[in-house]
Amino acid sequence: MAAAANQHQSPEPPPLLLLHRFPSFSLPFLPFLQTKYTVLDPHADPPHPSFPNLSKSARVMLCFGPKPVTSEDLDRYPSVEYVVGTSAGINNFDLAAFRRRGIRVTSAGDAFSDDVADYALGLAIDVLRRVSAADRFVRAGSWPVQNEYTLGSKVSGKRVGIVGLGSIGSRVAKRFEAFGCSIAYNSRKQKPHVLYPYYANVKDLASNVDVLIVCCALTNETQRIINKDVMTALGKTGVIVNVGRGALIDEKELVELLVRGEIGGAGLDVFENEPHVPQPLLTLDNVVLSPHKAVLTPDSFAAIEELVCSNLEAFFSNQPLRAEVAHD
Amino acid sequence: MLATIACRVHLSRPSLSLSSTHPFTVLINQSILFPSHLNFSTTSAARPPLSAAKMEAIGVLMMCPMNNYLEEELDKRFNLFRYWKQPRPSEFLTQHAQSIRAVVGNASAGADAKLIDALPKLEIVSSFSVGLDKIDLTKCKEKGIRVTNTPDVLTDDVADLAIGLMLAVLRRICECDKYVRSGAWKFGDFKLTNKFSGKRVGIIGLGRIGLAIAKRAEAFDCPISYYSRSKKETNYKYYGSLVELASNCDILVVACALTPETTHIVNREVIDALGPSGVLINIGRGPHVDEPELVSALVEGRLGGAGLDVFEKEPEVPEQLFGLENVVLLPHVGSGTVETRKDMADLVLGNLEAHFANKPLLTPVV
Repeated sequence: MAAAANQHQSPEPPPLLLLHRFPSFSLPFLPFLQTKYTVLDPHADPPHPSFPNLSKSARVMLCFGPKPVTSEDLDRYPSVEYVVGTSAGINNFDLAAFRRRGIRVTSAGDAFSDDVADYALGLAIDVLRRVSAADRFVRAGSWPVQNEYTLGSKVSGKRVGIVGLGSIGSRVAKRFEAFGCSIAYNSRKQKPHVLYPYYANVKDLASNVDVLIVCCALTNETQRIINKDVMTALGKTGVIVNVGRGALIDEKELVELLVRGEIGGAGLDVFENEPHVPQPLLTLDNVVLSPHKAVLTPDSFAAIEELVCSNLEAFFSNQPLRAEVAHD
Repeated sequence: MLATIACRVHLSRPSLSLSSTHPFTVLINQSILFPSHLNFSTTSAARPPLSAAKMEAIGVLMMCPMNNYLEEELDKRFNLFRYWKQPRPSEFLTQHAQSIRAVVGNASAGADAKLIDALPKLEIVSSFSVGLDKIDLTKCKEKGIRVTNTPDVLTDDVADLAIGLMLAVLRRICECDKYVRSGAWKFGDFKLTNKFSGKRVGIIGLGRIGLAIAKRAEAFDCPISYYSRSKKETNYKYYGSLVELASNCDILVVACALTPETTHIVNREVIDALGPSGVLINIGRGPHVDEPELVSALVEGRLGGAGLDVFEKEPEVPEQLFGLENVVLLPHVGSGTVETRKDMADLVLGNLEAHFANKPLLTPVV
């Protein structure tokens, strides 16, 4: 940085921004951020020579993708005061450690909610009406040979149960209502202004619906919230759609129940150990599999870029942050 | 006491005035419940309903396999002939023409002029579909042949599938599923797909199905516009020209009836107007679209994508489409659910029984 000849001090360098990511996840709006901040990327190629030093002074960490932020990470970067999340989910952050150190954190807020809700509907309709399976049937040239295709199940009028009626869940509800579906939900607490029937117990919800949409946050309390009992209660004609996190469902049980025909079908965007998908699912016709793409649209990315950039500016000018996660 | 022995007559159109009803009559949901000892007939020719034995002698010609339950019931209740099993169809028709009084068709095969001419005793054509493009309606009207179809019961299914196709094409759901099944999913690998919410949806034909599609798309904040023979009483934006509609929407869905006027209504001009970021959804009939034009537009990238449930020559699907990831291809399953096919079958059976019992038809077209 060249010092202006007439100034008494050199202009301030752009603030440090520490990037935290798995190597295979590249941030699309990195070039823009590099115009406003000194971005410290641990996976830069070639590596930034001052990274070890500078990273210790960085006040902000930007996380992209599912890489966890642990207590050890925070030890390594002791100046971090604010962690910028770029997912709707923040289960990869050790929130207790953040709380202890008074570190602020923001998530994606509503930026992805429309797209995830759309995707949940898309997966549900696909499973019930066998869209992907029928598309495979046609492309295999089977239609002239087999004439009729297996009948699906009507979507309109189904009873839909939503696990987690937050930003995504409420949008899912609104969409299903236009299909004449009835809505019921489970949430940590009953929502005061919501008229849909509330079930305090997920198993009770599952017993009373035909389609279960899982879109709640992954926390210590919601690990495997969809367990064998819940899935058995959903039943042989029940369909489950997961656009939350893989760990919300007992995956091993889900696979067994699907293989044995004890559950009607599943639409899955997330898995316990991505990108690994349990082998038995790959040959089932009553499942629709997706590689964690419910958020992947240009619109969502534009929205998260706007949110992140605005939050970074706000932080460095002591303004309030949007989509801040309260430490409760 | 009189009310305990009662029979119910369902009226599709009220044919009597309430002032002439018996004091004990009760109007329940358009049905009139009245004591059976009063010989009160609602039909012009007061004939007793046919006995089951008489019904069994009535020849019904089913044009192609369409539904096992329907076929079994037709077989039980009538003298069923299966057209597709006849090795020599014209001989068969000549032989049995005098006993065939009904034809059951569907979207693939109905009653054209030739068939109607070959069946001099034909009284009714009952279609296992809502579309009537396979039936020569003019000829039926001329000869006093009744025609019924299956409206309303399949409206939801078709509308659901239209939205399902929109989501599948824009969000590449089938492509994603294929990708995962191939074992190719690499960590951090992502390609963006197109957002569905908020896209402008243009509907060709704002009938029962078109309106049902509009209602669903609105829940995704999609602005709705339409093209129709005439403007409808609705807040949706009307375009008097299909090319104009196509120029002003992101997703164009075909939801009108197939007639000579609407054959190839989606032609090159319309496809060009829809453009490289536009998507065509066809849940109507294959001949609505100029198929070779559609295929070349997709292959050349002049059209953004397509979700197709119907084709010009089913079950043939242009193979050039098989390798494209921006299309979803379905084997005419618009009404293809267990629930709806049963409802459709019951309507076909109900219409036939009503006709031969001299009762008002449930869903007459002609």
